[in-house]
Amino acid sequence: MSDNNKLLRVEDLRLYFRVKNGVVQAVDEVDFSLNYNEAIVIVGESGCGKTSFARSVLRLLPRNVDTYSGRIYLDNVDTMTLNDEEFRQDVRWVQMSMVPQAAMNALNPVIKIGEQVAEPLIVHQGMHKDEAWVKALEMIEQVGVPGDFLYRYPFELSGGMRQRIALAMALVTTPLFVFLDEPTSALDVLTQANIFNVLKRLKKELKISFILITHDVATSSEIADKVAVMYAGQIVELGHARTFFSEPLHPYSDMLMNSVPRLRVKKEPTFIKGQPPSLLGPPEGCRFAERCPKRFNKCSEEPPVVNAKGHQVKCWLYV
Amino acid sequence: MSVESLEKEHNSIDISNSHQVVTSNDVLLCVKDLHLWYELKRWGFIHSGYVKAVDGVNFDLHYGESIGIVGESGCGKTTLMRTILGLEKPIKGSIEFCGENVSGLNVSDMKFYRSEVGYIQQDPYGALAPFMDLQQILEEPMIIHGVKNQEKRLQRIHDVLTEIKMFPVDDFLRKYPHMLSGGQQQRAVIGRAMVLEPRLLVADEPVSMLDASVQVEILRLLQDLQASHNLAVIYITHDLSTVRYFSKRIFVMYAGKIVEKAQVDELLSNPLHPYTKALLEATPDPDYENALTYKEVPPGEPPSLIDPPSGCRFHPRCSQMIEGLCDVKDPPEIEAEPDHLTACWLFD
Amino acid sequence: MKTLREIFSYPAAVIGLILIILLLAISVFAIVSMPYNEAIRLWRGGEDIWYNVPKMAAPEWSNYFRSVKLPESIIISSDDESVEKVYSKSSEEISEVEFSFTFDYNYDTFPDEITFFFHTQFNEKKPHVNIKLINPDGEEIRIGSMSAADSASFILSQDEVLFRRLGRVLLPHQAVMAIDPKDENSLAQKGTYTFLFKGSLFEADSDLDAEMVVFGDVYGIAGTDHRRRDLTVALLWGTPIALIFGLLAALGTSVTTMFIAAIGTWYGGWVDAVIQRVTEINLILPVLPILIMVGTFYSRSIWVMLGVLIMLYIFGGGIKSYRAIFLQVKESAYIEAAQAYGASNSRIVIRYLVPRIIPTLIPQLVTLIPTFVFVETALNVLGLGDPILPTWGKLISDANLNGALYQGLYYWILEPAGLLMITGLAFSLFGFALDRIFNPRLRGM
Repeated sequence: MSDNNKLLRVEDLRLYFRVKNGVVQAVDEVDFSLNYNEAIVIVGESGCGKTSFARSVLRLLPRNVDTYSGRIYLDNVDTMTLNDEEFRQDVRWVQMSMVPQAAMNALNPVIKIGEQVAEPLIVHQGMHKDEAWVKALEMIEQVGVPGDFLYRYPFELSGGMRQRIALAMALVTTPLFVFLDEPTSALDVLTQANIFNVLKRLKKELKISFILITHDVATSSEIADKVAVMYAGQIVELGHARTFFSEPLHPYSDMLMNSVPRLRVKKEPTFIKGQPPSLLGPPEGCRFAERCPKRFNKCSEEPPVVNAKGHQVKCWLYV
Repeated sequence: MSVESLEKEHNSIDISNSHQVVTSNDVLLCVKDLHLWYELKRWGFIHSGYVKAVDGVNFDLHYGESIGIVGESGCGKTTLMRTILGLEKPIKGSIEFCGENVSGLNVSDMKFYRSEVGYIQQDPYGALAPFMDLQQILEEPMIIHGVKNQEKRLQRIHDVLTEIKMFPVDDFLRKYPHMLSGGQQQRAVIGRAMVLEPRLLVADEPVSMLDASVQVEILRLLQDLQASHNLAVIYITHDLSTVRYFSKRIFVMYAGKIVEKAQVDELLSNPLHPYTKALLEATPDPDYENALTYKEVPPGEPPSLIDPPSGCRFHPRCSQMIEGLCDVKDPPEIEAEPDHLTACWLFD
Repeated sequence: MKTLREIFSYPAAVIGLILIILLLAISVFAIVSMPYNEAIRLWRGGEDIWYNVPKMAAPEWSNYFRSVKLPESIIISSDDESVEKVYSKSSEEISEVEFSFTFDYNYDTFPDEITFFFHTQFNEKKPHVNIKLINPDGEEIRIGSMSAADSASFILSQDEVLFRRLGRVLLPHQAVMAIDPKDENSLAQKGTYTFLFKGSLFEADSDLDAEMVVFGDVYGIAGTDHRRRDLTVALLWGTPIALIFGLLAALGTSVTTMFIAAIGTWYGGWVDAVIQRVTEINLILPVLPILIMVGTFYSRSIWVMLGVLIMLYIFGGGIKSYRAIFLQVKESAYIEAAQAYGASNSRIVIRYLVPRIIPTLIPQLVTLIPTFVFVETALNVLGLGDPILPTWGKLISDANLNGALYQGLYYWILEPAGLLMITGLAFSLFGFALDRIFNPRLRGM
């Protein structure tokens, strides 16, 4: 894996929020990289910081930011050095975009579909309206929505269709990669399968990269080339999907996999006792130590990220 | 926690006796030819059609039996559940509980039935009144059903909280819903459903809004409760992977009808109806192979319930449709294999 | 409690609360120091209550702001300990009594009026009295000679004889105290004045008492009105009346509206339709004209006005806004659960729907209180006020009818208006702060 031909390289990313009671360390010293034409899935439970991670890469920050630091190399250019206006014009929705959570509810109910899909082109690329509509038509057909839906309103579409439109909106400016935040969590199984078919096809045809964020471990396997596990604001494991699903290394990943009920295998799932630590003052040392069955005395110190069996693991067991 | 510790108000029948005669062959709930159609009215009074949400459902539920009703959104499972709970009145057909009709009754006649059915909802936070603390929430069903003695109520609450493992009990009594975690909230909802010692639990997607690790905890809890109280459970979900752990029999619903009924293992290893097969195929297990293949999904969308397709409702999307038969005649329930029924002409 | 601490974190709330407590204190003080019947009696007035109080006098403290001080009233009665009555008997039945009233007068301007009130005891023959004045120069001025019936009064300014005798330029009560009685611009002579009374009693057990009132132009803490009534009565008693009226009206309308909205929303169907149509028609009805009609044709009693007002407001805009909230709450999962475990419709409305609306209700109620207080005032100004109650509105109405502004009697309007403004301010500040506390989504604004 050569380091300098990566699409996205994140180093030491930190995002802390200020709240009434203190500082929430939502994203804490995260290192991450994404290749061209690759799909990485970030799995984690609610509150582990995965959405905050996406927001911090896209610089969609709330008002109460306490710390925002690190390096984000997109196509070898550190986007952190750009100011907000440059970032808005050149990076966001131009080189990377996002399909946010419950995107299908985020469509403007009083504007036609066509206008909404064409809007990023008009705003970010200064395209003329007619040209933008042509491109919008191409895009929604790519995601599997019939062309005449351009003239319809969101309420006329089903949930699955709306999610595809949201996807089209994120892809219409042909970015280098797209964040997908829980893209199918509110959808039925068949619709979900359809959406993933679309994503797989787009990845192949447009050579696009995806970062999929979800808490659903089972669906994450639909598209993952690599899997990253986030816990309490940190990435605790990152590895190839091929080996991850069969042999997760970090104890949390292992327990997470064991808690997933399976359809085809008669395995009784187990649950993880306790709760993730609060990000408002996380504990010293390994943040999972409190709930970890394999904990030992070294775990009271912050574990380093090491390479083990082709995965990056943040755990003393593999040092 | 004996049955006699709670005095329930009964109108017509004395149910407490039947607790001693429990056998799992006895039918607890009998749903016969149930139809629930919502009337559409233009301008509030001009009739303009029906939404046929439940269109001919039959099944028997025995004491202590757990069944899973699986289907996608719009298939009618929620409406079926609401009818079983007595929140909707069917337009045709009946529901019998312990041999007594409980559909289409007025509010006071229904009361005994309501104390026998516990309802667990999908959204744990929304299911709890935000301005009541846990004690008040758990007391409400008892107060409504006439348990006047506060000591008895408190004792019952203690027992329930112990059983759902919310320790220390006294601490939790004073807490408000927003002070509890998602899992704890759902436990509270389960506790409330159990407080009147019901014989049937209806659970609507009880874990879909919870985190993965908590889901298992709650499912385990429901399993334990079911076993220790010999409860019949109707578990409604769209997620096939959880239904295996919870139900002995599965019903698959599509467009207002049940299209397949079988024991869990039988259904998962040998699905018969094309729709069931599509559902199973589309449900992923965490397996790397998933990323390498496209899934075969039946084209199209579930049909409109106002004007459903003629004949078999699935025929427009079915790859194995038989021309002239499937699009003309509605298939009946056929016992393709012992204890495995399906509504599909392929198995006639 | 957390809510109390939050209230104190808003300066607006604290100010509002302090003002409200001030108003409550005034109310309590009013009720305690002047019980209701007493207040009504005082306000009804009458010859024997306010007789020695000047008309339309400004408050005493207004003199601080004047370069030329207005005189205060001077009252001396023959009953006073400082006054010595000297009796002398001239025969069996006839006796004489003498006494004198001495006072200092240090103002440049004249008193409003000088009046003597006589209290006499006799069977058939009225006593006779002779009055003389000794001014600061020592001159003796003959005031008059008259027979004195019981409760008779001698008003200097109205005495024609005295007027003629003193030169017809200044009015008698001014002329007797003027530096130059013939100069119409003359100032008053400062110094010591003495009125000498010589009374003749014609029966053995007759007696004569007199009270001298030199009416000033300032009086009391609040001044007086055209009927010589001390305004503090109305200002003090107006407070509890305003607060109670406002509170009862606001409470009555808010709570009733809330229940009607809840019932309509919950039961739906024709119940809801009827309530909505009634509301819509009611919204068009003009409140003030209806109140005027009721007041003119039926009764001006404050309770009738309150009742009609509440009835008109119940089916008002509040129903629409509460309904919007209820419609949303009605879909909640916990309400569905309550139906499933058998809660009756009435229980759901009272126990499950209504508590959700209380956080919205309370701030609205608080900010509604001054609205009704102002309505009561408006009714008074229109002449429809309760005829016997001393209220702020009555003061403003009287001031208006008596041309207070034209005559420069600003205090008469400013005092009740000031209290009205304080009331409005107090409840608004407190109500808005409450709104921010109970409805946190507004906090960001």
